[in-house]
Amino acid sequence: MNKHLLSIEDLSKSDAIQILDTAEEIARISDGPVKKLPTLRGRTIVNLFFEDSTRTRISFEAAAKRLSADVINFSAKGSSLSKGESLKDTALTLQAMGADAVVIRHGSSGAPARLADQSWMKGSVINAGDGTHEHPSQALLDSFTLRRHLRDSAGDLSGIKVAIVGDILHSRVARSNVLLLKKLGAEVTLVAPHTLLPFGIDQWPVNISYDFDDVLPHVDAVMMLRVQRERMSELFFPSEREYSRGFGLTKERLDRMPKGAVVMHPGPMNRGLEISAEAADAVNSVIVEQVTNGVTVRMAILYLLLGGMSA
Amino acid sequence: MSVVLNAGEIARALRRISHEILEHNKGSQSILLLGIPTRGAFLSKRIASMIEEIEGHEVPHGTLDVTMYRDDLRLRPPRALMSTEIPISGINEMHVVLVDDVLYSGRTIRAALDALSELGRPASVQLAVLVDRGHRELPIRADFVGKNLPTSSSERVHVLLQECDESDEVVIEAQS
Amino acid sequence: MERFHVTKAKDLRGKACELKFEGERIVTEFSSTDKVTVIDAGGSTLIPGLVDLHTHLREPGREDAETVLTGSLAAVAGGFTAISAMPNTAPVADTAGVVEQVFRLGQSHGLCDVFPIGAVTEGQAGTTLAEIAAMHASEARVRIFSDDGHCVADPLVMRRALEYVKNFDGVIAQHAQDPRLTNGAQMNEGLVSSVIGLKGWPAVAEESIIARDVLLAEHVNSRVHICHVSTAGSVEIIRWAKARGIRVTAEVTPHHLLLTDELARGFNPIYKVNPPLRTEKDVVALREGVADGTIDIIATDHAPHPAESKECEWSAASFGMTGLETALSVSYQALVATKTTSFEKLISLMSSNPAAIGKYEGHGSLKAGSYANFALVDLDAEWTVEPTAMRSKSKNTPFANYVLPVKVNQTYFKGNRVFSGGVK
Repeated sequence: MNKHLLSIEDLSKSDAIQILDTAEEIARISDGPVKKLPTLRGRTIVNLFFEDSTRTRISFEAAAKRLSADVINFSAKGSSLSKGESLKDTALTLQAMGADAVVIRHGSSGAPARLADQSWMKGSVINAGDGTHEHPSQALLDSFTLRRHLRDSAGDLSGIKVAIVGDILHSRVARSNVLLLKKLGAEVTLVAPHTLLPFGIDQWPVNISYDFDDVLPHVDAVMMLRVQRERMSELFFPSEREYSRGFGLTKERLDRMPKGAVVMHPGPMNRGLEISAEAADAVNSVIVEQVTNGVTVRMAILYLLLGGMSA
Repeated sequence: MSVVLNAGEIARALRRISHEILEHNKGSQSILLLGIPTRGAFLSKRIASMIEEIEGHEVPHGTLDVTMYRDDLRLRPPRALMSTEIPISGINEMHVVLVDDVLYSGRTIRAALDALSELGRPASVQLAVLVDRGHRELPIRADFVGKNLPTSSSERVHVLLQECDESDEVVIEAQS
Repeated sequence: MERFHVTKAKDLRGKACELKFEGERIVTEFSSTDKVTVIDAGGSTLIPGLVDLHTHLREPGREDAETVLTGSLAAVAGGFTAISAMPNTAPVADTAGVVEQVFRLGQSHGLCDVFPIGAVTEGQAGTTLAEIAAMHASEARVRIFSDDGHCVADPLVMRRALEYVKNFDGVIAQHAQDPRLTNGAQMNEGLVSSVIGLKGWPAVAEESIIARDVLLAEHVNSRVHICHVSTAGSVEIIRWAKARGIRVTAEVTPHHLLLTDELARGFNPIYKVNPPLRTEKDVVALREGVADGTIDIIATDHAPHPAESKECEWSAASFGMTGLETALSVSYQALVATKTTSFEKLISLMSSNPAAIGKYEGHGSLKAGSYANFALVDLDAEWTVEPTAMRSKSKNTPFANYVLPVKVNQTYFKGNRVFSGGVK
């Protein structure tokens, strides 16, 4: 494992599996009466959030607290700190306060990589979502969830077919998931209108489809991505109805999914746009479980980055 | 490198420990064997099947990984977590016998006691080890010992077991 | 009048040569044999003073990043004796007053000629023509106009500008970037941008403007100069336009001849530049464009920024790299070391060709009658780029720690030694 978790690209396959295995053991402990472990007592973890994200922040906070770390929440949004010029100063401040790790969410791709710059921060940097780059902990919890349902909680995901549907262009969740799923041996199909696929996608190691109905009967899992309504005004698609008709997980599409295939969504959902209420609440929907697993996987990440001797 | 226990001696030591556990607890009622991974878990499994042979019925057993409770985490690179499997009946009111391969500083057992206290309130906690090599750093002792092995702290003791090492052997190695 | 005789020099082809100058001009023979000072070149290569048509000097307005003085110091250290100050200062150089101020600052420092480039439109806002004729008539004699940093996006404004400068055979230097296609863009649109999630800057945003502008130039029979060409498609369009007889000239920067968008992967904004670094395929096409004459000149696009503009996350960082002090070495590395062009051709790309486009009389030549502007360079020496050791006020070079060929030993401007670095 590296000292930081900035990108799935930095992880080897065995690193990734180690995180999933560790999470599995933590889950086993946490499923019992044990809610809190003394492992990170005396360590300070800063949640540095330049963008609103209650879910991810709370998830990391819960993970840190269950490992007995001290947590400082530092919401920079709206303050003078949201200006890019002071990222370095923020880092130096956190460094001076003795932060052992910084969990950063930032609107600019690559901001965590900048924070991890040797001369800025000595502690670990964990990317909790940067711009349209990556969201590695989300991908890890998604693979953890998939492995529990489709691979009996062990090994990799070889041969599993996953469709990622929606706004790939603006999605850091999609980028991290593509990298991780491929690393773990899964087959990935991206389903989206052309406007919501990045230029250069033809060089990604994935299948591309514009026909959700064609893909659906062959999947083991569908990951629905949040579609922001603002995208309409930026000419990415003409109307919500047209989007939903082509790429929404409707009741009808839900019924055509193979038996045993699961429905995933990183949240927050736009019910009625990319996902229907029936699909969100279906028996094969693992959306709520993803949230639970989020805490477990983040505990594993924190343990592996901070639980040992610092590098 | 010298062999201090061979396969036959290990088997005899474990059989004796099994009898001692039964004797000490006046039978197998309310006994819960918890092995500390990796090798303590295999030893605990062997003791469990020996007790079953003697008593004629299964004795509850499981594993307890203490990594997250260790006080020396920051002195080493992060280690992989091992399995913790506690029978559904839990540890409350049970006579828990912790099983480990080597007793040395006592810090692993301290971590295990912390982990146990999170899991419930056992009636008692006992400790069985295959080898006690001395050099305790905490006020901890074993209830059941396969072999007391006086060592120098510069030496290393390796317990090898069929389940993970392809042979049963305890060897002592002088560190250069 | 002082007389100087440069001896033991080598010419661009490596043959022994010498140079004579009296006062500020080069001569064939001295008018008198009195008071002749010999300059022993010690076997170094004699090149004409280099001419840059694309320099950002930041004065007035951002003297924390660069001034006319520090920019001139950097220029002569790089072998330049003429640089062209882009108008995107504060205030914008869109009036005779501002261009004269910059011009006079250059004259007063006496290190090299600083030729201001005037804005095409008022405030570089792209809507109303600036007082182009007044800038031309000023002491600065402005002949090149550009809204560099911004594109003259409105086709009608571009047409009028192209027509208007014909009065005095001026030239519009276009920064080709369709603003609608590059709104919020951060780097080349391609595989790397798709993977690292930075907003893409499509090649077509540059190419479509170039295609439009060469057709406009043809229509009104005027001269157009394309700044910092960066894509393979742009080279192809310009090649086509030249074959058609359109009066278009084009420049490329040293960094676009050597670096690619792969460098963005680490998110270090030292590699953030406008136009963005492109792909290997584009680099190859640009070099071919240089080799076959499609691209006329190398220009630095020297864009100094203070440390804080680069010590931040990518999207908050400023676009631009410094270039004056590395231009000759980097271009040599990209073109001569790769056997794309000869050294002689490289020097014309950096001296006589730009001087001809800007009509900088007496520059870019070692012929008798030209200014005694020249540099002595060591083609066999290598040097390590150390940002802190550079003369520019800003240290935002992407070439830090590169070991580069060609060292500038001395630079002379109008007969005066203005730089002496590599004393042997």
